[in-house]
Amino acid sequence: MRDAILASLREAFAAPAEASIAHGTFVVALAPESVVATATRLRGEFGFDLLQDVTAVDWPRRALRFDVVWHFYSTTQRVRVRMKTAVGEAAPEVETLTGLYGSAGFMERECHDMYGIRFRGNRDLRPILLYEGFVGHPLRKDYAKEHEQPLVPYRDQQ
Amino acid sequence: MNRGATIPIADAGATTHRRSAFEYLTTKKDELVGWGRKFSIFPYPFVTACCAMEFMAVSSTPYDTDRFGAALPRFSPRQSDLLMVVGTVTHKQAPILLKVYEQMCEPKWVMAFGACATSGGFYQNYATLLGIDRIIPVDVYVPGCPPRPETVIDGIMQLQDRIARQRHPIVNDAF
Amino acid sequence: MSIELPSPVRAAFDAESEDAVVVNIGPSHPATHGTLQVIAALDGEKVQRVDVHCGYLHRGFEKECESHTWHNLMPYVDRLNYCSALINDFAYCDAVERLMGIEITPRCRYLRTLLSEYSRICDHLTCIAASLMELGAMTAFLYLVMLRDHMYEHLAALTGARVTYTYGRIGGLARDLPDGWLARLDEILVEFYEFTGRIHGLMDRNRIFIDRTRDVGAISSADALHWGFTGPILRSTGAAIDLRKDMPYLAYAELEFDVPVGINGDNYDRYYVRMREMDESIRMIRQLVGKLPQGPICVDDRRCTFPDKALVYREIQSLINHFKLVMDGPQVPAGEVYVGHEAPNGELGFYLVSDGSGTPYKVHVRSPSFVHMGGLHKLLEGYQLADIIPTFGSVNMIGGECDR
Repeated sequence: MRDAILASLREAFAAPAEASIAHGTFVVALAPESVVATATRLRGEFGFDLLQDVTAVDWPRRALRFDVVWHFYSTTQRVRVRMKTAVGEAAPEVETLTGLYGSAGFMERECHDMYGIRFRGNRDLRPILLYEGFVGHPLRKDYAKEHEQPLVPYRDQQ
Repeated sequence: MNRGATIPIADAGATTHRRSAFEYLTTKKDELVGWGRKFSIFPYPFVTACCAMEFMAVSSTPYDTDRFGAALPRFSPRQSDLLMVVGTVTHKQAPILLKVYEQMCEPKWVMAFGACATSGGFYQNYATLLGIDRIIPVDVYVPGCPPRPETVIDGIMQLQDRIARQRHPIVNDAF
Repeated sequence: MSIELPSPVRAAFDAESEDAVVVNIGPSHPATHGTLQVIAALDGEKVQRVDVHCGYLHRGFEKECESHTWHNLMPYVDRLNYCSALINDFAYCDAVERLMGIEITPRCRYLRTLLSEYSRICDHLTCIAASLMELGAMTAFLYLVMLRDHMYEHLAALTGARVTYTYGRIGGLARDLPDGWLARLDEILVEFYEFTGRIHGLMDRNRIFIDRTRDVGAISSADALHWGFTGPILRSTGAAIDLRKDMPYLAYAELEFDVPVGINGDNYDRYYVRMREMDESIRMIRQLVGKLPQGPICVDDRRCTFPDKALVYREIQSLINHFKLVMDGPQVPAGEVYVGHEAPNGELGFYLVSDGSGTPYKVHVRSPSFVHMGGLHKLLEGYQLADIIPTFGSVNMIGGECDR
């Protein structure tokens, strides 16, 4: 039954996006403009009621540097979908999904913290894992792992 | 002539005798204060991470810090004297740690519970404070990731020895 | 020494903008499990609005993973949900094994299932013990922590550590069961009923406990799904959604077990769902002990399994194999995978991206606690200030998992 659902998803989303099935998950890669429309269809027509994850991947040598990745799960059909889009460093922006899923709020905040992806329409992009005053986005490949930004001056420097 | 603990000095006479008696009393007083303090530690469990599991285990049966008088946690810095920093302290958490430490009254001691509190553990990156002794003075470091409850008890006992050995001069040398 | 300490967070509202009393709870607070800050706007005792701040235990897990090999980062994975560290290990190993196309041996599959359920019991015991203690039931805490301590010592006999084990290996496990381990397991399972029987006796019909938890922190199934709740919180609303039944992995398809669900989605339901889940875990463990096959626990694949030490000292090919696995790490083919396991808090997912080398390109954890914090305000708003404590305890936010 799962194969039938995956096949129907492939049919629904194949054009103009890039669709495949990898490790039992339906993967669709599309342009940033189609993100909300696709998510709305997934939720409304296909019953993907749980937004599992929002994250990004940094490919510094690519022209469009960041891949923003969403994972959806349907509790009724027991199927997963991965939706991806690519954005560039100059304008790392996508639309927010907080209108469809409440859980998108915190996950988009984390993605913004770690990679600098801006989610248009999400009014609350305050730092969530990092703190006020932290400069930079640590999960980008050009941020050095050991580069600390202490908030409290050290004892031996007073 | 041997007058017990005193050293015969030419013009000492009764002064030295009185001073040694005075020192005997102050030493006994220090021991009494030390004994009282070491067996009535009120920890402030500043708990953040995995070491909390071992903190819970050491506070309850069968390891039981209550045998050492150190079981009753006080979640107000005003009422506690041992700041147990249990788990990783990140840079985000550092101002809170410093604030809590400063709000505690003297006498106060700090225990760095676990590898992360001691040195940052194996989180050597942008997020972690690499050892709480970068911002507050530490009295005892308990190693382990997380430390076994026996290690924690060993740490408490060593801290107790340190507390017992402290001097509490009523007057200074200029008196 | 008195310096101006900066505030690491910016509140969504403050005393001037809200027509209410603004109170700060945490992050150093006995009941916030160490690292959560809740800024609440109160009207008398009633919570009008809540601003939840996590991230105080963000330790850079993902960044650390990018500079370790696929094997080396196992200790970091342990320390995500440190109450049930084995489940994190096995979920991560499952994800890497899928990328590499490795199938684990039957004995390993059953052992991983058994230990996952054992870990689930440890986690639920910790959650219930802590939340009951925060309500004042110190006795219940002592009983449950004592039982949990026996389990920790038992797991230390197997893995070498009490809390964070680093026991999972890509393609298998670190070592096999020692002699007498299963006999001791039996003793502990019998003891379990004795201790939890006392907890049921103390709490189930306790007037004070019922008053403090019934109809407090309630949420509907639709709301729960909208805000991303999974695990016992979702099940307490009445929705029987459990990855072990819906998308079976490891040996769950071969086991008989029920999925306990609640009625109202309130704190009492969450407590009871967890108690019943522990009973179901024991049922599963007994079945697994009966079905445990003999055989090797590590798959015989030199891409990930370390060769026998005696061979490493004798043959050049084993020596080089060992050397490459340690220095370069197992070579995982380029690609990406998302694997979700049913952790005690909900769906724990690992999203791995590999560029074909022995170090991961990206290891992202889909953390149930983090998503739950996003929806926590739905459970707190409209209830009283004192209700924050039992509600938050029943959500079981684990800092390591939430902030990674």
